Amino acid sequence: MTSHTYSTRADSAEDDHEAAPRVEVNRDTRRSLPPDPKPIMECDGVDVYYGDFRAVTDVSLGFGHNEITALIGPSGCGKSTLLRSLNRMNDLIVSARVEGSVTFHGQSIYGKDVDPIEVRRRIGMVFQKPNPFPKSIYDNVAYGPRVTGMKVSSMDDLVEEALTKSALWDEVKDKLKDSGLGLSGGQQQRLCIARTIAIRPEVILMDEPCSALDPIATSRIEDLMIELRDEYSIIIVTHNMQQAARVADRTAFFTALAAEGSGDRTGLLVEYDLTTKIFSAPADERTENYISGRFG
Amino acid sequence: MASLGAIATAPLKAKREGDKSAKSIVFMGVLWFTIFFSVLCLGTLLVNAFFDGWTRLDGNLITRYSSTVLPETAGARAAILGSALVIVMTAVLAIPLGVAAGVYLEEFADPRRWYNKIIEVNLTNLAAVPAIVYGMLTAGVALSIGLPRRVVLAGAIALALLILPVIIITTREAMRAVPREIREGSLALGATPLQTVWRQTLPSAVPGIATGSIIALSRALGEAAPLLLLGGLVFVSYDPNGLFSGYTVLPIQIYDWVKEPQLAFQQVASAAIILMLGLLLLMNAVAIVIRNRYQKRW
Ligand SMILES: Nc1ncnc2c1ncn2[C@@H]1O[C@H](COP(=O)(O)OP(=O)(O)OP(=O)(O)O)[C@@H](O)[C@H]1O
Ligand SMILES: [Mg+2]
Repeated sequence: MTSHTYSTRADSAEDDHEAAPRVEVNRDTRRSLPPDPKPIMECDGVDVYYGDFRAVTDVSLGFGHNEITALIGPSGCGKSTLLRSLNRMNDLIVSARVEGSVTFHGQSIYGKDVDPIEVRRRIGMVFQKPNPFPKSIYDNVAYGPRVTGMKVSSMDDLVEEALTKSALWDEVKDKLKDSGLGLSGGQQQRLCIARTIAIRPEVILMDEPCSALDPIATSRIEDLMIELRDEYSIIIVTHNMQQAARVADRTAFFTALAAEGSGDRTGLLVEYDLTTKIFSAPADERTENYISGRFG
Repeated sequence: MASLGAIATAPLKAKREGDKSAKSIVFMGVLWFTIFFSVLCLGTLLVNAFFDGWTRLDGNLITRYSSTVLPETAGARAAILGSALVIVMTAVLAIPLGVAAGVYLEEFADPRRWYNKIIEVNLTNLAAVPAIVYGMLTAGVALSIGLPRRVVLAGAIALALLILPVIIITTREAMRAVPREIREGSLALGATPLQTVWRQTLPSAVPGIATGSIIALSRALGEAAPLLLLGGLVFVSYDPNGLFSGYTVLPIQIYDWVKEPQLAFQQVASAAIILMLGLLLLMNAVAIVIRNRYQKRW
């Protein structure tokens, strides 16, 4: 059971854009979600440390199959830290250490015989700042399949498919040999998404993917996320409440609190629920304050 | 309205004297003087060499061997070929080794390990070690492995050791200049660290490495001390023909000529100096062109 029943996308995509300024949950509220997702990924009692500093404390939550999960919260509460620990990008920071369990299809991704390369291949990531390689558009997309040794019958088809899925094909089909750095910021970010989906991951992590983009580019990426949800599970960090409300099926609210004992602030999961619930009737006062803009 | 205008314009008017204060004038004066002084020294050297040597900037300089009896037609043929051969060998030895070491230190070495910390500290010190020390080191090594000291290979080893720290440091800096986002992007797509280095970081760092290597090689080209210490031959009247051939290089040839009392030797020495400076200038120009042309702007 990987796909749920939801109303047709086509009509909902239309009535979405007028509603920009208010935090309003639309389209996704119409999805009838089971209250407890069968998670594709799960965190259980996850602590993340940088050296002695505990940036994230005791986070437990599951990320649903073919759902978009938003991680929101004030700056410094450890959203990026948590996200990066979901595909072992934190391995690249020498001081970073993850405790607790992070599972993907029930297998621990920090297990002894787990290859972090394979983890990252199955759990892709799109970064805050678009980071195309200084290569052609084509080579940017073909990079992942090439380095991972993916068996593809036709690389051209794969590139076209990835660019089409990321809604970039029409804009770049005549200049595939041009440098990816020559594209606009929004196009670059869609190129990065295309690059990620070219290796057919199951989960896509996105860390504030629209924060460097203008509203139009942002709304294109949001539409794209909704479309990609059919095939991928998406976990997105965002500072934009409207964005979380517009695209996410579930939302997790984090905050940073002084941990007992030390004076250091550490990131905690305050509330995790259906986006509808979080934005209409949050259970925790802190969530409500944050969402209504009174704090954070 | 008038007062509003005054408020708006007031902050733009400099209250301090800015660049016209006595202190800044003195400071600028000192800066200008130091620049002037260095340019003057270089200029004097160039003009001097040029006036002494321009009559001998002829075909003989590059086609004929040196001579003890006929300084008027003596040439630096053996030294030019020797320099070329030694420098090429130096590059062949130093660049792959230096780049590999730099890549390892920058991308793979765990900076928390004590041995990497030691390497780190010593690398910078090594770059400041006097050239002659590398000559002594090579002489010692050559002796123990039975390699003759006076051959091209020994000279190239000494010069390669001399520039190795510079190449390692240059490589590291060029690698470090590649944004973290590129590495992360590559790793997030399931590339291995090695693939990331090979396909992303290293290609992006090549212009920087090339620039640094050429500048390092141009330093090696001008070195006489370590080669003299190895007993580099001063009088060679044949073309070096392999790694185990005797050789001389331009700086040694110049040194040899300058020692002679006759005016004609001074002239040919000056001509050779001009030739060498020209070569150095050319190498540095190539390095700058590479840097400007291929440097990535992120
Ligand atoms: N590489 C690092 N080394 C040490 N501490 C770090 C590192 N990266 C982040 N931190 C610390 O961890 C905490 C959480 O940072 P993180 O970047 O995860 O927050 P965030 O919720 O993503 O914030 P923002 O919304 O501003 O992106 C912060 O206190 C930060 O200073
Ligand atoms: Mg962040």
